[in-house]
Amino acid sequence: MNKNLANIIASKYFSFFVTVILFVALYGIGIAMYNGFMKPQVFFNLFVDNAALLIVTVGITFCLLIGGIDLSVGAVLALVCMVLAWLLTNTGIPVFLAVLIVLIMGTVFGAVQGYIITKFDLQPFIITLAGMFFCRGLTAVISQETITITNPTFVALADTRIPVGSGFISVGVVIALLTILVAAIVLGFTKFGRTIYAIGGNESSAALMGLPVFRTKVCVYTISGFCSSLGGIAYALMMLTGYNLHGLGMEMDAIASSVIGGTLLTGGVGFIPGALFGVLIQGVILTFINFQGTLSAWWTKIVIGGLLCVFIIMQAFITEQKSKLTAKSSMDEANSGKSDS
Amino acid sequence: MEKWKSFTSSSLFLPVVALAVLVIFNAIFVDGFFSIQITEDGRLFGRIIDILNRSSSLIILSLGMTLVIATSGIDISVGAVVAISAAVVCTLIGGRGDGVAETPMFLAILAAVGIGVLCGLWNGLLVAKFKIQAVVATLILMTAGRGIAQLMTEGQIITVYYKPFAYISGVIPGMPLPTNIFIALAMVLLVVIVMKKTSIGLFVQSVGINATAAKHVGINVTMVLFLVYAFSGFCAGVSGLIESSFIRAADANNAGLNMEMDAILAVALGGTLLSGGKFYLGGSVIGAITIQTLTTTMYAMGISADQLPVVKAIAVIIICLIQSNKARELFEKWKGNRNDSASVTTKVKAVE
Amino acid sequence: MAQALLEMRNIDKVFPGVKALSNVDFTLHAGEIHSLMGENGAGKSTLVKVLTGVYPRDGGTVRLNGEEINPRTPKEAQECGISTVYQEVNLCTNLTVAENIFIGREPKKYGLIDWKEINRRSKELLKKLSVDIDVTKSLDHYPVAIQQMVAIARAVDVDAKILILDEPTSSLDEGETARLFKIVRQLQQRGMGIIFISHFLEQIYEICDHITILRNGELVGAYEVAKLPRLELIAKMVGKDLNDVKDMDKMAEKSVPHEEVFIEADHVASFGQIADVALQLHRGEVMGFAGLLGSGRTETAEMMFGLKPVTGGSMKIKGKEAGLRHPMDAMKAKIAFCPEDRKLAGIIGDLTVRENIILALQALDGMFRHIPYDKQVELADKFIDRLKIKVSDREQLIKNLSGGNQQKVIIARWLAANPELLILDEPTRGIDVGTKTEIQKMAVELAKSQGMAVVFISSEMDEMVRTCSKLIVMRDRKKVAELTGNDISSEGVMRAIAGGDN
Repeated sequence: MNKNLANIIASKYFSFFVTVILFVALYGIGIAMYNGFMKPQVFFNLFVDNAALLIVTVGITFCLLIGGIDLSVGAVLALVCMVLAWLLTNTGIPVFLAVLIVLIMGTVFGAVQGYIITKFDLQPFIITLAGMFFCRGLTAVISQETITITNPTFVALADTRIPVGSGFISVGVVIALLTILVAAIVLGFTKFGRTIYAIGGNESSAALMGLPVFRTKVCVYTISGFCSSLGGIAYALMMLTGYNLHGLGMEMDAIASSVIGGTLLTGGVGFIPGALFGVLIQGVILTFINFQGTLSAWWTKIVIGGLLCVFIIMQAFITEQKSKLTAKSSMDEANSGKSDS
Repeated sequence: MEKWKSFTSSSLFLPVVALAVLVIFNAIFVDGFFSIQITEDGRLFGRIIDILNRSSSLIILSLGMTLVIATSGIDISVGAVVAISAAVVCTLIGGRGDGVAETPMFLAILAAVGIGVLCGLWNGLLVAKFKIQAVVATLILMTAGRGIAQLMTEGQIITVYYKPFAYISGVIPGMPLPTNIFIALAMVLLVVIVMKKTSIGLFVQSVGINATAAKHVGINVTMVLFLVYAFSGFCAGVSGLIESSFIRAADANNAGLNMEMDAILAVALGGTLLSGGKFYLGGSVIGAITIQTLTTTMYAMGISADQLPVVKAIAVIIICLIQSNKARELFEKWKGNRNDSASVTTKVKAVE
Repeated sequence: MAQALLEMRNIDKVFPGVKALSNVDFTLHAGEIHSLMGENGAGKSTLVKVLTGVYPRDGGTVRLNGEEINPRTPKEAQECGISTVYQEVNLCTNLTVAENIFIGREPKKYGLIDWKEINRRSKELLKKLSVDIDVTKSLDHYPVAIQQMVAIARAVDVDAKILILDEPTSSLDEGETARLFKIVRQLQQRGMGIIFISHFLEQIYEICDHITILRNGELVGAYEVAKLPRLELIAKMVGKDLNDVKDMDKMAEKSVPHEEVFIEADHVASFGQIADVALQLHRGEVMGFAGLLGSGRTETAEMMFGLKPVTGGSMKIKGKEAGLRHPMDAMKAKIAFCPEDRKLAGIIGDLTVRENIILALQALDGMFRHIPYDKQVELADKFIDRLKIKVSDREQLIKNLSGGNQQKVIIARWLAANPELLILDEPTRGIDVGTKTEIQKMAVELAKSQGMAVVFISSEMDEMVRTCSKLIVMRDRKKVAELTGNDISSEGVMRAIAGGDN
């Protein structure tokens, strides 16, 4: 019995199960406390409100998987919103072209960060922290005021409601779900994806096994940049503005989602569906605070910070359990080998 | 020549040169940059004093940051802790229009610094006990911390009308310089004396260079990390006092904003490797003054506070590249190749 | 003779300041098991890394089946048919067994990885090596021996012509080694050329056909195993006359233990690390822990230094319950420990020799009782002089010293703390012969003149035989024998390690 429990705890999906159970429990409590929670649209809104975060989380999960980190995601998102708003307001270029430009911009930015980190063997947090300040500053250089997007095509796109059952989702949600699907396939079923896990597990081993470590690492940061800019577009669709302080602190929300969903900060373990639930849990907490009405919005950050702490500490506990378990199993093996001979 | 070489390879070379360049730039473009006047009541007055005045809180922050980075950690929560400390001191003294303090100021100061230490201890707990990577551990407080500060001030900017509060970053009548310069000086002295008279510096470096080996010689690594993060929190708490006293208010959104970047930049500029190990407090202090001079210069050139991070981010990346062994290797290789090809071409010419 | 499978000629490799390989030749035939021998630092691993494309070579040619090859990365070497299994298993423990075998060359279906196929084929492959395990579990579920097999499975499945085994048996027990050898012989029969690197002489003589010996980056010669007696092999490796080696055996007289017991362990165990060890260490005694890597000898030492918890039995220091929970507890009980991995756990690279020497004493005094600079200088100079540490000055960074001198600094660090028990875990690994002898002599001398209790751990049998007055032999995390007096001989130790039933 005890051993089974230990085995469950050591399973790499343990944290994922905890997350799913926590989500269901929170939602259950919500239904019990507030009638509003019963409405299907409340559930759909979890996605609608967090589409951008979902996309950004996917990107940051890639970084965490190789044992890296990307602190620039929130700032890249803000920069993308700002550039997009500026382009749509001050130039006559069509929406798709503007979107393409900002996507390329974010992706290239990620690639440059990845190249600097990998080529010069620098700590990712310093470079991406600098990247974060760089993008925030650049956003302010473009405009220190809010730019509202009035482009009719873009606004129409933002207002599009895709009916699902008795509720609806937005275009951003569709993008987010597609991103999640593609990311899950890439991580699970392609050479590139598996190389990411291998690097996260043991970088020098991966190199000795002949895997393309350099290329993969640069690609991972590039993907993170791409996801941040895609998230920026989803964010712009929701807010219809470009503003210097958009996505402030989003890097922590994204890291928290990923970690809550079972990604190990040391790299090599984690998967995309977990990250999805990580975001949903944050969404539920936000909804609670909204429904409650009297709590200040500042509580969200604090609660999410607390949640991140709890899950990281849980991870530490799991890792310890696991190493104990391996030690024990090899002991058992040694002993049983003795009795055999 | 020998002397020049030992100077260029010294850890102080980079910050001193950077500062010199900035000072020369200012001397040329800013009128009366060097002039220091004395007012009737004996106060010193001038651009340089102004820069020193403004850099005091950054100097204090970078002291803490230097030690944290030396243990191969990082503390990106300092900006948020500054905001928390500012919120505590201002809410405790209170925003009463008649200029009466609700709590005695020294108690409020004690509480603010205490909260700073508490924040540092929290970071230390996560890093030392739970072994969470320092970036992530302090990221939690970096984002949640501003939330906490907002809750304390209830989202308001609390303005303090209590007169003595302004003295923290102002001039106490009869003194030649603003108090905060003395505070920074006292902090630097304190740290220097502690480093000279105890072995904390040696232990911090040992932990930063090789934590496993440090553990094997009986150094209590957990305790060292705790101390270092607590000290960083303490520094942030003191900085919070100065920052809030400057504007005589607590602004949870903007107090200490982007200061973590400045502090990291100051430490890196001062010659301490961001990967930890040997640290240079003197370098960090000069680094902090350099950053403040840069900031002041940039403001003078019409760049806003929001835009400034662009310049600083680029500076950080350049310093990282200078520090990086890999970059140095690549550069040597490139230089070698160039020499090779150069000698080949000369040879070819000789044959012709 | 038929054309050689691999011919390396006139290989040069220079690292900044060191000539790691100069003019080395190496020839390997198909169906041959060839050992590469040499002391640490002789250039074995450099040669292997040049062959596998980890390091670029600075001169010479490499021919495979007569064709010149020039691999620049491990991947290119693999594509040429050169596979390597390294000492520390170089796999990713977070991935499944099957994935570790196939990563980088996964079979695909509709453009996506075909997991079913991977699992099926890995299962088959491992069965051929007589390993039957669940391949869908992650690698960290399995002990190191199995991981080693998985690494070999990966190496041989890539159609290797040459398989390099770099210290593959260092963490295996006897049965596992036998299994490995069976596999290696199978591969030999398939016509594969195998380069086998090991520091276990027995194993070399058991399985290899040829030996190539390197010393100081130069080729000493290539020999048939059958025609090279062991002593001669050792003499060639260390570059000394046969008589010198015999002289080394008759070293100074051993130390005679005092009556007083310093530390006493009564059936101690440490969860998952040590199963059962009992010993009595007297003052003035040099005690050796013999056994293969992973037998628990290092773990026992670490337990005596408070790095591993005592979870069973009791450990007493001078008759009192020890209760060591932290290295500091052990240090206060006057125990010192020079760890096995000098680089990882010993030196603090960016600190000076002086700082490295005073560090343990300073830690013992506490951070607030700073040792004055003058006193530090005095201490450092005293030990640099006493241990004949070669430094340009005491402010030199320790990372710039040679391995032997680094080791001496670590020993100086502990001697400065005036210990009553000095634990030396592999103090002579990777250092030159001269310094090796110095350190052995020093261990005996300390016990003799100062009545210090010394624990000496080494994987070199003869070294232990020469220095120790008592030998604790360990196997499978248990003490299996205790040898004293005339029983201490290489043969006796090996017999004890092999177990009574053989």
